[in-house]
Amino acid sequence: MPLDKAYAKIPGTTIFDVDMARRGYHLNQFCVSLMKEQDRQRFQSDQRAYLDEWRMTEQQKQAVLDRDYNQMLALGGNIYFLAKIFSSDGQSFEQAAASMTGMSREEYRSMMLSGGRSPHVDDQDVD
Amino acid sequence: MARITSGVAMSHTPAIGAAIDLGKTQEEYWDPVFKGFEFSKAWIATEKPDVIFLVYNDHASAFSLSMIPTFAIGCSDSFEPADEGWGARPVPIVKGHSEFAWHIAQSVIQDDFDLTLINEMTVDHGLTVPLSLMFGTPKEWPCRVIPFAVNVVVYPPPSGQRCFRLGKAIRRAVEAFDEDLNVQIWGTGGMSHQLQGQRAGLINQKFDADFLARLQSDPKGLAKMPHLDYLQNAGSEGIELVMWLVMRGALDRDVETLHSFYHVPASNTALGHIILKNRAKRA
Repeated sequence: MPLDKAYAKIPGTTIFDVDMARRGYHLNQFCVSLMKEQDRQRFQSDQRAYLDEWRMTEQQKQAVLDRDYNQMLALGGNIYFLAKIFSSDGQSFEQAAASMTGMSREEYRSMMLSGGRSPHVDDQDVD
Repeated sequence: MARITSGVAMSHTPAIGAAIDLGKTQEEYWDPVFKGFEFSKAWIATEKPDVIFLVYNDHASAFSLSMIPTFAIGCSDSFEPADEGWGARPVPIVKGHSEFAWHIAQSVIQDDFDLTLINEMTVDHGLTVPLSLMFGTPKEWPCRVIPFAVNVVVYPPPSGQRCFRLGKAIRRAVEAFDEDLNVQIWGTGGMSHQLQGQRAGLINQKFDADFLARLQSDPKGLAKMPHLDYLQNAGSEGIELVMWLVMRGALDRDVETLHSFYHVPASNTALGHIILKNRAKRA
């Protein structure tokens, strides 16, 4: 009997469960490598070559090069691992989160300052 | 004997650490956040805990996907701040309490909670931001800290119920330690927030207010909340709140709320903070 995944129906949300962890293993371990200054520098100086050292799928590599965080999440990336990428780019969680919602940083910040996104699905247009 | 006198809970948003480290605490955006901790700083300066049992989660810093312990206790005497991708925070080394941590590990494992014992690990913002919020920027942290990491990164985290019961086991372990120590237990993370996907930025003030109220008055009922309720109502990262239940489980049934604070936003997060004190002084 398959596991019950009621959380899969939450809109605009990818829960990093065991299947995603398996799928994203190499993508996430690549992210971990960016916790070392010398590897951050190697990555930033030739991103493609650095990514080719990892057993990631071409899709995962392309998503990293594009900094397409929603795509990375869909391919098994976990936000706390992906944080190593945007941190090494000098971006904050706020900037990265804004990019995932399709809002500008200013729009996102202003939404947060006025109390954040409403938890009620009917009030939002995420899919 | 050692005794747990109070429990403290708070969010551990990394941007708070950055605001402190970059000297931005007086800025309009951050000022209200730090005002909410003025009481707490004065309070803890008079409480002078000897040891803080600090429940937090690692954010892919000490633990990658190579190892994912559900519950891990830091047993060594010192823990270096982690480089999380932007260089390590300029905060003091965290001093542990090795003998006490090993003691707690043995007691809690014999009480049916299978802990992972860690002797070498770095500690990330999940642990150091709460210390900064409560102690400011001292040269040395004023007390020992036992880091206790809970997996809330890979789903599923432990249930609220299990976290609550674990708190009770930790309390029994603490009270079986001979040294006369004033121990606080902290639960960190939360409150409602979602850092990922199109629903990022979710905040649920009603959920958070209810959680804060029930944490004091109905922790046993609160502990039964299923994971799905957290994910749906408090955002995918709001599930961190199960760690507050470890703290609550280690306190008396009857506690007094000394201080409570709530502010939106701290970066992407609803910042919550509460100080609970055991009412009765037991012999």
